[in-house]
Amino acid sequence: MITLKNIDVIFGDRPEQAFPLIDQGYTREQIQQATSLITGVQQANLTIKKGEICVLMGLSGSGKSTLLRCLNGLNTISRGEILIDYQQQKINFSEASATLKREIRMHHIAMVFQSFALMPWLTVAENVAFGLDLQKISKKEKSKRVTQQLSLVGLTEWKNAFPHELSGGMRQRVGLARALASESPVLLMDEPFSALDPLIRQQLQDELLSLQAELQKTIVFVSHDLDEALKLGTQIAIMKDGCIVQHGAPEEIVLHPANDYVRNFVAHTNPLGVLKANTLMTQYEASETEVVPINNGHYSQLVVNGDKLQQAYINQEGKKLDLQHWQPGRSIQLLKSLPTTIPLDTSMQDIIAIKNATRQNIFVVGADKIIGYITESELYHGFLGKHLATA
Amino acid sequence: MSIITEYKIPLGQYMENFIDLLVEHGSWFFDYTAITLEWLIETLTQFLLWFPPLIFISLMASLAYLIHRKVGIVIYTVLSLLLILNLGYWDATMTTLALVLYATFFCVLIGTPVGIYAAHHPWLYQVLRPLLDLMQTIPTFVYLIPTLTLFGLGVVPGLISTVIFAIAAPIRLTYLGISEVPKELIEAGKSFGCTPRQLLYKVELPAAMTSIAAGITQCIMLALSMVVIAALVGADGLGKPVIRALNTVDIAKGFEAGLAIVLIAILLDRLFKQESATQPS
Repeated sequence: MITLKNIDVIFGDRPEQAFPLIDQGYTREQIQQATSLITGVQQANLTIKKGEICVLMGLSGSGKSTLLRCLNGLNTISRGEILIDYQQQKINFSEASATLKREIRMHHIAMVFQSFALMPWLTVAENVAFGLDLQKISKKEKSKRVTQQLSLVGLTEWKNAFPHELSGGMRQRVGLARALASESPVLLMDEPFSALDPLIRQQLQDELLSLQAELQKTIVFVSHDLDEALKLGTQIAIMKDGCIVQHGAPEEIVLHPANDYVRNFVAHTNPLGVLKANTLMTQYEASETEVVPINNGHYSQLVVNGDKLQQAYINQEGKKLDLQHWQPGRSIQLLKSLPTTIPLDTSMQDIIAIKNATRQNIFVVGADKIIGYITESELYHGFLGKHLATA
Repeated sequence: MSIITEYKIPLGQYMENFIDLLVEHGSWFFDYTAITLEWLIETLTQFLLWFPPLIFISLMASLAYLIHRKVGIVIYTVLSLLLILNLGYWDATMTTLALVLYATFFCVLIGTPVGIYAAHHPWLYQVLRPLLDLMQTIPTFVYLIPTLTLFGLGVVPGLISTVIFAIAAPIRLTYLGISEVPKELIEAGKSFGCTPRQLLYKVELPAAMTSIAAGITQCIMLALSMVVIAALVGADGLGKPVIRALNTVDIAKGFEAGLAIVLIAILLDRLFKQESATQPS
């Protein structure tokens, strides 16, 4: 776990001049006018839990990279505390000795750079071994780890190539392998995919997600792209002018933007990957015996027999339709043209695919009970962002 | 007008007094330095002359092939050295080679660390830059005079003057190379836990290698350009026949000795010039 407490980063001489102004809640612009100091980060508080991908999101100049670089000491904080769990101890990183800082960089926190930052005079394998060369590691162990990382990122055949012979996507894979080779539990990624073209970027995002499912690192990821943040992040911190304006899970950000700045960002994102069944559905109180009509243009009723989900059926214009039950991971193509139940956390993307395959109403199941339904109109609302008003 | 010219500031006198002071109190130091340097150069010259010329030529040819793996440069090495041998300047060439190698050695030995240090401490380079400009622009004859006073006649004042003249190149290019190492490479090094020493040896020096090597090649060329001036204070080598030819208006001799200097210059340049194998991305 990494905890950031009241972090200020101020550039310029005598940064302490800005402290009282920050405490009084001055903005970056006001502080610059008053003291000619530039604040990189103001009063940032953040907790990054083990195993999560925390995305720092914001436009350029918002302080996201500055904050990231504080975590391994590439930037120094002017005030505040960075607490890092290292070997069953809480280390106050900015106060740690130079030796301890180096040790943490070597074994605990690795970094991936936007511009790849590969050594042009080293081969791919030597670049991956760069972090290991600084440590006292046997040759055998070193070559084992390098081989392992190269196969993980799919560059085994390129191990003797030089960075300039590789494409951008491959170079960043080398950068990732170099960071992974140190076996650090924490990965800092500073806009790692921003320099790549969109197709390669998506491919690497997917690769990162599948690597993460396997390796369970703690990742702090900087991005200026909300779609990327929503796709990768388990937590997102949105930054503006050096301040964290909102921190929360992706759905939280999309559904409850803290202010107009975040709302404006969210308005331009693609809802498909973020919205889930529980936010799209219309809630539905199914009592055990009652027959509840669903307003869908047509006349249809959900009939719940007793407590059992399996006994529920749909009475649609006099015809009795059984419910089929879908679970994540099952094929959508194999669904019959029947009303379908789905779990609460089904993504909007899957819901649309199910809708397209079955052409029937969809029911949302929570705690073994039907708690809501999704018809065309709920989907349209999702697209139009109406859920923001209702949620 | 008269007020300005009435009292002449005795700058020259100050300098002379300073040198006198050095001679008075430090003559033992300069004497020992002169003896040591003379012995070093003499030993290297004897060592180079110990090889039979044809063996030496084939060794140089092998070296050229090992470094560059190109036939053209091997052919040039053999032909140019054979021509020098034929013209009768072999001994003088070896002496010059010893002088140039030592001058380059001292320049790199002092210049590279100074360049690195200056790159890490920008204020130092601000101080150093006018000094380097001075060392390169002051007519070489001018500092030949004090070195002559301090070290006496012979090859040593030649060597010292050559070092003063040529050392700016490795300092400047090392400084340039180290200070132009991309910031993200430095950050990558730091972020993986480099100590300052590891950062220097594993990131900065390899990244600056092309520039440092260019500095060394340039240093060799500058040192060669000083051989005639070094001959004025008594250094042996290819400079001597040039001076003698000048004094006796001997066109033939002047041309031959000059040609030998040019051939050696081209040879050393081609031999040590690094082709940048890995372009930085």
